[in-house]
Amino acid sequence: MTISKRMYKIVFFLLTVFFFTGKVHSQKYFTKTGSVHFLSEAPLEKIEASNNNAYVVIDAASGQIEWSVLIKGFKFAKALMQQHFNENYMDSDQYPKANYKGTIDKGINLSKDGTYDVKTSGNITIHGVTKPLSASGRIVIKNGKVNASSSFNLTIADYNINVPKVVRDNIAKTVKVTVNAELQPLK
Amino acid sequence: MKQRTFMMIRQIFLLMVMAVVAGHLFAQQEQDLLSLLGREETTEYATASFKTNRVINLHSLENTSHGVLDVKISHRFGFINGGPYELFGLDQATIRLGLDYGITERLTIGIGRSSYEKTFDGFLKYKVLRQSSGVKNMPVTVAVVGTTAIQTLKWANPDRDNLFSSRLSYVGQLIIGRKFSNSISFEVAPTVVHRNLVATAAEKNDVFALGFGGRVKLHKRFSLNAEYIYVFPDQLAPGQRNSISLGFDIETGGHVFQLHFTNSTSMIEKGFITETVGNWGDGGIHFGFNISRVFNMLKPKE
Repeated sequence: MTISKRMYKIVFFLLTVFFFTGKVHSQKYFTKTGSVHFLSEAPLEKIEASNNNAYVVIDAASGQIEWSVLIKGFKFAKALMQQHFNENYMDSDQYPKANYKGTIDKGINLSKDGTYDVKTSGNITIHGVTKPLSASGRIVIKNGKVNASSSFNLTIADYNINVPKVVRDNIAKTVKVTVNAELQPLK
Repeated sequence: MKQRTFMMIRQIFLLMVMAVVAGHLFAQQEQDLLSLLGREETTEYATASFKTNRVINLHSLENTSHGVLDVKISHRFGFINGGPYELFGLDQATIRLGLDYGITERLTIGIGRSSYEKTFDGFLKYKVLRQSSGVKNMPVTVAVVGTTAIQTLKWANPDRDNLFSSRLSYVGQLIIGRKFSNSISFEVAPTVVHRNLVATAAEKNDVFALGFGGRVKLHKRFSLNAEYIYVFPDQLAPGQRNSISLGFDIETGGHVFQLHFTNSTSMIEKGFITETVGNWGDGGIHFGFNISRVFNMLKPKE
C-alpha cells in the first residue's frame, strides 16, 4: 500500500466523522422561554404557579433532553404565597434552580413534520434533591417549529420539602407539573 | 520527488487540522446541553427583607404588594412597672387600627386611627430604589415615606382662638437598607418631624432624628427585630427619651404577629419619635403587639 492510498482512507474516515459531527451539531433545538406550570389541589386550597422562562434543550441526534428553571421565577396569583414558596418551602436562595436531564426513548427527526409520543427517563433535581423521573410527553414538528410538552406528578415529600401540619390540608402531597416549550434550532 | 514530499506534508498538516476540529466537535457533544445556552439573564430583586412593612414601629424596607390590603391591629399595653396592681400594664391599652394598601409594587398608601391623642394618620410610601442582583445590580433599597397626622382631642382651652392647623404634624422619612443575607436585614431612617404647634418655646417645631432597625431571622417563620431612634439633642422637652424596641415576628400563613417590648406609647412616627417618655432602666416599657393580616383585593388575570 502506498502512502497516498492510506492517506485517502484517513481522509475518507475523517470526512465521515466531520460530516457526522456537523450534522449532530445542527440537530440541537432550544428555547429560553419554555413554560413550567405546577398545580397543587388540596381539600382547602388550589395553588398554582408558572414560570415562562425555562431553558430547554433537545439534542435529537443523541436523544438527550434537558431543561432548567429558576425557582424565584415562578409567579403566583398571591404575592404572599410566592414569598412563602421561596422563603419557607423551596429555600430558593440556597437552591435557585430545578432541572431535568433525561433521554428520549425513540429517534426523532426534528427537521421533518411529524408527531411523536415519547417517553423520557432521567433525573430531576429540586430543592437540592435528585430523583429519577420518567415521564411521557409529546413532540410535534410542524412547519419547522418544534413543540415539546410533558406532564408528570411529583411527591413533595420526596424532595425534602417540609410542610407544617397546620397547612397539610392546604398543600397537596402530590403536585402536577406541566412543561411546554416551543423550540428553535440552536446555531 | 521533492515536490511530492512537500505535498504530502501539506496534506498531513491539513488532516491534522481536520482531526482537531472534529475532536473539538466531539468534545462539545459531551458537554452539559444547557450550558450551551449560557446563564440566565435575569434581575433578582431582594424580597422578604422583613416579614411585614414595619420593623416594630418604624417602616421597614418592605412595601405592601400590589393589590394587597394589609389590615393592622396594634396594641401597646400599659407600663410594666405598674406592677401586679395594673397586671404589669395589661389593664390598659393604647390601640392603633390601620389599613395599608399596595397601589403598585412600589407605592403603598395607608391610613390609621390611634387611641393615643385620638389621632388619624395617613402615609404614602414609595420605593425609589430596590435592592437587586443580576443584570441590574443595586446594593440597597431606598424608600421615601411621608406621613400626616391629625390629632382630634377636644381643645384643652376652648375659649382660646384655636386653629385647625395646630392639630397637624408631618413626617418625612428616608428608609435606606439592605438585606445582607437570608437572615439579616438592616436599615437606617433619617427622619424629620414637623409639628405645627409645640407646648413650649424650648421645643423645636422641626425635629431631626435618625432611626435604626434590623432583624435576624432565627427560623423560617420566626425573626428577632430591634429598632432604635436617636433624636438629635436640644430639640425636645426635658424627659423625652429615644425610642427603643425589641420584639419577635411570628408568621403563620396570611398573618404576621409581632410581639414586642417598647418604651414608646404611640405607634405613629410623630408620637414615638418626639413623645416617648418610658425609661427601659426602671421598667417604663410596654408589652405590645401588631397583628397584620393580608387580603388579596385583585382577581388574578386570565
